[in-house]
Amino acid sequence: MNSIIAFALLSIGGISFFTWNVLKIRQNILLGRETNRSDNSGERWRTMLLVAFGQKKMFSRPIAALLHLVIYSAFLITQIELIEIFIDGLSGEHRVFEDALGGFYTFLISFIEILSLLTFFVTIAFLARRNLLKLPRFTMSELRGWPMKDANLILIFEIILLSCIFTMNGADEASHLLKSNESYGFAVSQFLGPILFGGIKSIDTLHVLEQIGWWGHIFMVFVFLNYLPYSKHLHILLAFPNTYFSNLENKGRFTNMESVTNEVKLMLDPNADPYAAPTATSDAPQRFGAKDVTDLTWKNLMDAYSCTECGRCTSSCPANITGKKLSPRKIMMDTRDRLVEVGEGLRKNGKDYQDGKSLLGDYITEEELWACTSCNACVQECPINIDPLSIIIDLRRYLVMEESKMPTELTGMLTNIENNGAPWQFSPIDRLNWANEE
Amino acid sequence: MSLKVPTMAEMLANGETADVLFWVGCAGSFDDRAKKITKAVVKILNHCNVKFAVLGTEESCSGDPAKRAGNEFTFQMQAMMNIQVLNGYEVKKIVTACPHCFNTLKNEYPELGGEYEVVHHTQLIQDLINTGKLALEGNQTFKGKKITFHDPCYLGRANDVYEAPRTLIEKLDVELVEMKRCKTTGLCCGAGGAQMFKEAEKGNKEINIERTEDALETNSSIIATGCPFCNTMMTDGIKHAEKESEIQVLDVAELIANAADL
Repeated sequence: MNSIIAFALLSIGGISFFTWNVLKIRQNILLGRETNRSDNSGERWRTMLLVAFGQKKMFSRPIAALLHLVIYSAFLITQIELIEIFIDGLSGEHRVFEDALGGFYTFLISFIEILSLLTFFVTIAFLARRNLLKLPRFTMSELRGWPMKDANLILIFEIILLSCIFTMNGADEASHLLKSNESYGFAVSQFLGPILFGGIKSIDTLHVLEQIGWWGHIFMVFVFLNYLPYSKHLHILLAFPNTYFSNLENKGRFTNMESVTNEVKLMLDPNADPYAAPTATSDAPQRFGAKDVTDLTWKNLMDAYSCTECGRCTSSCPANITGKKLSPRKIMMDTRDRLVEVGEGLRKNGKDYQDGKSLLGDYITEEELWACTSCNACVQECPINIDPLSIIIDLRRYLVMEESKMPTELTGMLTNIENNGAPWQFSPIDRLNWANEE
Repeated sequence: MSLKVPTMAEMLANGETADVLFWVGCAGSFDDRAKKITKAVVKILNHCNVKFAVLGTEESCSGDPAKRAGNEFTFQMQAMMNIQVLNGYEVKKIVTACPHCFNTLKNEYPELGGEYEVVHHTQLIQDLINTGKLALEGNQTFKGKKITFHDPCYLGRANDVYEAPRTLIEKLDVELVEMKRCKTTGLCCGAGGAQMFKEAEKGNKEINIERTEDALETNSSIIATGCPFCNTMMTDGIKHAEKESEIQVLDVAELIANAADL
């Protein structure tokens, strides 16, 4: 009975804390500006199934994709075993699905065990890749400190979790053998059990070991769950909504700012009254472009929370490849870090709180923004359809339209367009000269 | 053979209508290298008796570089003025040899009131071949040569047009060699996002040089592209590598016009 109460308390505590954090993240994401992503639900479901569930874009880099697929499918399938663990924990039963499912149960647990064993090796391979191979995208400056630790911590959590599973199943197998001389017949633990615990001839000791594995595993599950909201690893959950709310337009299409459209229409309307009083319904004017995270759309902010810092965007960015400061991954990390800061500030100090800092300037520099060629390589590469480019453009819009800050050559280019309808200084009268030139 | 380049105004005055408007773009109108591409397109259109017209002096910048630089005001002013002109002529279909104009006209004008069928010149030429208006059979001009195609970002990733230019190149009886980074993973030439009009930020290499190296690795004798800005960047890259005598940068329209002996 005590263990049932302990389990119930652990579950309630673990789930409540997680929910509390999820609500905070939701609140932060909703600090963003409105953008409509509710249209075309069929296409959206399809995108989510292909890109998130089906891992389609991962496979542009097949080796990493395959390794990732192992962990991903182990994670998905293990949820079935987790249901059993919950029922066992709350009812005090042992392997409650075993009788109900019979031979299929053996198959299922065997399948989970094989995937878990593979995941164990893949996790070690990922640790080695991150710490020994020194892939450029894992050693860049934006990963120094916490992000690097975060990445390693997740992998270590996974190893502990898997070790618990094999301790649990191995000790159970050994004690089953000792009691009835019969094996459970699970694919991995029927071998691993005798190897690890075959020397132990006390059923009580084996039972304690199995309990350590069982409790260790479920404890790690809650540690993992509650670590997610603080970690880049949140992508395992947010990948799904984030791909559902993907931009379905052509990637080359940038948004037309509505506030500007209204102004431009007024300017071009010969009947407009330049001295007219503003309409009473108009709200306080929004900032042009984005200076801080609250000027971005909620989808930009969801993107930031979904990013798992894999760096595919940065490794395909022409600016980054040629040594410029821009890294699309850093744009996403900065956006998330700033959003967490803004959200905390607002919760502590009330909704009008300002800390005098902003995404642009305190996190992202102008030099980074002006290095972008808007080539969409980062958007194309992202395995879960994150769009760093739209953030870059919104920050540029603020710089240009609110502060008139831009590289001097661009000032000239814009003046030319305004004066003579071309980015260079040519007279519009000469536009058709080419037709008569030899 | 002199080019026939009617303007929309002349067409209207003669009581004619054009089937397609050729949007020349600023580079195509003013840049000496790009003007050759413009003429190649016109040669093809003339040869196939396409009823087209240009806006001539009524054309103005599409606004793309302003928008990518972050100046939405200048972009929308340009867009609205262009839309007034285009709608005034009741334009239905537009062809352009500039992927930046193509993208902006196709994707960003509709919401502002400018709805047209917009195609890239490689798509129009492919259509001319498919409908039998342009024949390339038996052409020997480029036979057996190695050609690589550089994907313009605003044609490829931005609008998913990868096949039209490649189909055209394959019609030339040549060996089309892909660079290691091509199609969806194609590397930018470095000109997009208004970079064409500014110095690059501080780094350790110019993007066009990095991209030219990709092209040189293919041992092709021609780099084909479909964008006047990519053309400039790749040409500069070739000059930097001092390979002008070994490798040429040509627009797909120029390849086709040459092959068809126009």
